Amino acid sequence: MSEPEALQPDDVLAIGRYFRLQWEEAQQAYVLLYPEGMVELSDTAAAILTRCSGNASLAQIIADLQQQFPEDDIAADVREFLEEAYANGWVSRKRDG
Amino acid sequence: MQTAGSAVNGTGKPLWLLAELTYRCPLQCLYCSNPVDFARYREELSTTDWLRVLQEGRALGAAQLGLSGGEPLLRKDLEVLVAEARRLGYYSNLITSGIGMDEARLAALKEAGLDHVQISFQASTEELNDYIGGAKTFQRKLAMARLIKQYDYPMVLNVVLHRQNIDAVQHILDMAEELEADYVELANTQYYGWALHNRAQLLPTRAQVERAEAIAHAYQERLKGRRRILYVVPDYYENRPKPCLAGWGAVFLAIAPDGTALPCHAARQLPGLTFPNVCQASLGWIWYESPAFNAFRGEAWMREPCRSCPERQKDFGGCRCQAYLLTGDAANTDPVCDLSPLHHVVLQAVADAQESQPTGPLPMFRNVKNSKGLTV
Repeated sequence: MSEPEALQPDDVLAIGRYFRLQWEEAQQAYVLLYPEGMVELSDTAAAILTRCSGNASLAQIIADLQQQFPEDDIAADVREFLEEAYANGWVSRKRDG
Repeated sequence: MQTAGSAVNGTGKPLWLLAELTYRCPLQCLYCSNPVDFARYREELSTTDWLRVLQEGRALGAAQLGLSGGEPLLRKDLEVLVAEARRLGYYSNLITSGIGMDEARLAALKEAGLDHVQISFQASTEELNDYIGGAKTFQRKLAMARLIKQYDYPMVLNVVLHRQNIDAVQHILDMAEELEADYVELANTQYYGWALHNRAQLLPTRAQVERAEAIAHAYQERLKGRRRILYVVPDYYENRPKPCLAGWGAVFLAIAPDGTALPCHAARQLPGLTFPNVCQASLGWIWYESPAFNAFRGEAWMREPCRSCPERQKDFGGCRCQAYLLTGDAANTDPVCDLSPLHHVVLQAVADAQESQPTGPLPMFRNVKNSKGLTV
């Protein structure tokens, strides 16, 4: 596997166009739905992905999460997760159209 | 932050609801997954029944909905069902041959909220595609695949692989790329029903399998990221069974056209089990309480070598339908497993397949006439 492509701080992030992020009452969890598949998200993954609304940049998402979880330094973890999510197609960058 | 999420399995809810809307189909594929005696089951649920099934399924936690058949486009109420599925929060997957589709229908389905289309091709050349499917469909499929992308659906291009088309894997992948498929599903034939009857015509040689896998994996490596290739291995060439549907009654619930509820769409043929019907019982009772859905749940039904096997939680003893079809008893170990005392039946089929010419009966196309002929 090659390294996931780096995201820039001002990249505006949204859920990938062929994915749907949804709260599942029965599972009491957020899931990502896609053709013939589903991923149940951990609480942290859900906290990050629900902020990928097409209105916030990577830097803003990190700042927002940092404010919510002030006791840990989360920037590197969030970035790493989102770069992997981007490589998986879970999130897209606005500049990719 | 280490765990992004987990693949969903065994949570005990019917997360995957497969609605087989009809057994009617314009194609006659040699490996059709409908029962060989499908002609006996001519009744189809009404629109009202299906709407109730969708509602009950969603309440039980189903999130993925497969709309399949036969050819689901033959149901005139497909758009109504899709709209309700969207309203309920399902991710809806239309599993189609592409025949019966046109631009108006594709637009109406988009409007209704359909999430994804899986279109099947039988091969990547017109001659072979039309032979395997028993109908002249190739050009139409090409046109429909282009239209599916034009309407911005995510598209899975599905090709069932077997002896007669597996050597063209490269060509199939090139076609998928040209058609801008987002996912390519190269599914080696699973030998149930029609495919089992036609096994001699379909089971590839070991050399064919190895070559196809190498090509598929090279492609996977090259296209990783944006186009995904799902390669379903031919289990006859494995030495451990597949974890069929993550276990009996674990995540998968199929509803046949007449309302019969099945833990696997091939389960209908298993003797000694009475499968409940959605017209007579609630989906909740069917899933949690019915004897049929509990018959092979968990491990209590297992015999040796599964019962004491350290891998039993990994593969659940393999497939109950395959165990029945190849050994005569659904509670036996799937004979694909080389620990099965009956593994030799698979080895024999594999040995026969190494011959240069098929050594079994002539091809039997999936149609009403042949279905009646095969029905005892």
